[in-house]
Amino acid sequence: MDKFTKITSSAIPLAIENIDTDQIIPARFLKATDKKGFGENLFRDWRFDKNGKINNDFPLNDKRFSGSILVAGDNFGCGSSREHAAWAVHGYGIKVVVSSFFADIFKGNALNNGVLPVQVSPSFLKNIFEAIQNDSDTEIEVDLENQEITILSNQNFESFEINSYKKTCLINGYDDIDFLVSMKEDIQAFEKARVE
Amino acid sequence: MKKTLFDKVWDAHVVKEMKDKQQILYIDKHLIHEVTSPQAFNELEQRGIPVFRPKQIVATADHNTPTIDQHLPVKDEMSRNQLNQLSKNCSKNNITLYDLGHKYNGIAHVMSPELGITQPGMTMVCGDSHTSTHGAFGTIAFGIGTSQVAQVFASQSLLLQKPKSLRITVDGDLKPGVLPKDVILYIIAKLGTNSGTGYFCEYAGTVFQEMSMEGRMTVCNMSIEMGARGGMIAPDETTFNYIKGREFAPKGNDFDKKVAYWKTLPTDPGASFDQEYHLDAQDIEPMITFGTNPGMGIKINESIPSEDNASFEKSLAYMNFEKGQSLIDQQVNYVFIGSCTNGRIEDFRAAAKFIEGKVKADHVTAWFVPGSQQVAKQIEEEGLKEIFEQAGFQLRQPGCSACLAMNDDKIPEGEYCVSTSNRNFEGRQGQGARTILASPLVAAATAINGKIIDITKQFV
Repeated sequence: MDKFTKITSSAIPLAIENIDTDQIIPARFLKATDKKGFGENLFRDWRFDKNGKINNDFPLNDKRFSGSILVAGDNFGCGSSREHAAWAVHGYGIKVVVSSFFADIFKGNALNNGVLPVQVSPSFLKNIFEAIQNDSDTEIEVDLENQEITILSNQNFESFEINSYKKTCLINGYDDIDFLVSMKEDIQAFEKARVE
Repeated sequence: MKKTLFDKVWDAHVVKEMKDKQQILYIDKHLIHEVTSPQAFNELEQRGIPVFRPKQIVATADHNTPTIDQHLPVKDEMSRNQLNQLSKNCSKNNITLYDLGHKYNGIAHVMSPELGITQPGMTMVCGDSHTSTHGAFGTIAFGIGTSQVAQVFASQSLLLQKPKSLRITVDGDLKPGVLPKDVILYIIAKLGTNSGTGYFCEYAGTVFQEMSMEGRMTVCNMSIEMGARGGMIAPDETTFNYIKGREFAPKGNDFDKKVAYWKTLPTDPGASFDQEYHLDAQDIEPMITFGTNPGMGIKINESIPSEDNASFEKSLAYMNFEKGQSLIDQQVNYVFIGSCTNGRIEDFRAAAKFIEGKVKADHVTAWFVPGSQQVAKQIEEEGLKEIFEQAGFQLRQPGCSACLAMNDDKIPEGEYCVSTSNRNFEGRQGQGARTILASPLVAAATAINGKIIDITKQFV
């Protein structure tokens, strides 16, 4: 997993609420048996019409917007548990998703793939959307170490929460598998001692 | 200390408490399928880690499978490859697989309960968000991502933070024509699509006490549609009777011992929850959805509400509906009865009861897809297949089918589909498809009439 410490980037605004994982990556792209190539189909049916024609109005296709930070409306990532959604976000080059609320499974999947979900207050989210609207080059700084997100153009900032274990994992690029495998003795002891 | 059902099951599975509120939770059963497991197997292989407890894993092919001609090789190359990969991974790792055509094949969340694999007090996971279904048995069951599938392969455990607890109590008698699907659609519409996020939900009250296991599964299945990782219902005689005698259920003395333990699981009187809601069964009517998330539901004879919100308007534009519009008499060309939500025998009985002696509307294409081989067999044995065929419907072979349209069962662009599945997201049933979620009864009535009818009028 990539290591994550601090990122400063312009952002792509996606002011839509309840963006579900079927939008992030439609089911017909889930037939692969590896993790490659999902980025190409991120938000496929919003980026392209049925005939593959590009939708220029969609923020990801709007030349004004770019960067490794995606700013999305409330309840991002609801729906299916497909980790393919996190692979698509990561594969597209997004390192941070900012929203006022995240669905549980997506949040976990993102963290397991080195993508940081940053939950901000609804008013701060509005503030970011406005700042990007005013100037699409507005840079946002996400500092994981200090758990702070700052809109550089107006110096507005907010702190965000993250489980300290997950934070350590992201900073060091660790994941849970190694940890759980290292706990095998405890797990075996638990199995042995279990009485229902 | 007074404990909830959820506390009792969770606490019994904590291997170790770590710092920062993280806990290692032991997983009893792990269900896997072709779509969310291949990358997890790859991950383990790359790291040289063996599958730790293969006997606690059960695999099925369900998401990406055709619902006709299952005896022939799967036409789509990528799908075929994915299915082959599952077989290879299972045989290499000594994992039981109910592959296409096997008598136990079916949707994971239909197959596991009907085989008696799902039992009260267990922890269960699957790389599928509708794993919450198994909570109907008083089981902690939840969907996980593929990284977590790999973690469970490697350690039969997960590193988790205990979710908060929520209880939804629905008391009273349900009106005629109100099915378990209506109950859960009502709850989600009332509380909202993210009301359960961060929580594990217990459903309590007379409505659930009186519900069949199939109905309880329908309710728990859609817990994720309000954001909750899982839903649970206290095990009782209905649960024990359902499990008794099933293929992998404990037998004889073992069964009695288990029942004695299962009886200790219900929430202690006076135990507290982080959040509680009380609803009245008499307020629930047959439901339908009008938008692009499961929380956008109304009583079938209500009009679409007016909300000034860009996301709400985007959703209505996608559905080609207007604020204030009634959906009664809305022409519908597609109907889907099936999925892990409503693909069980009771769902097909409800549909057959309405359909018997009637003929389907000419313009309707209807897919009736049993949730498993066993359900398909039962449909045949109970004579329901004949009822469907006489009405002009064709019974297909088991699988997830048009619920997520990974296979060929796709609803064409712009078409409405009244569907007994669980999600009405944009494009869920095919690019540009417009999904209206409903109960098997409302779906059957739509298939016969070719339009949405006010089903409540049938019961006055």
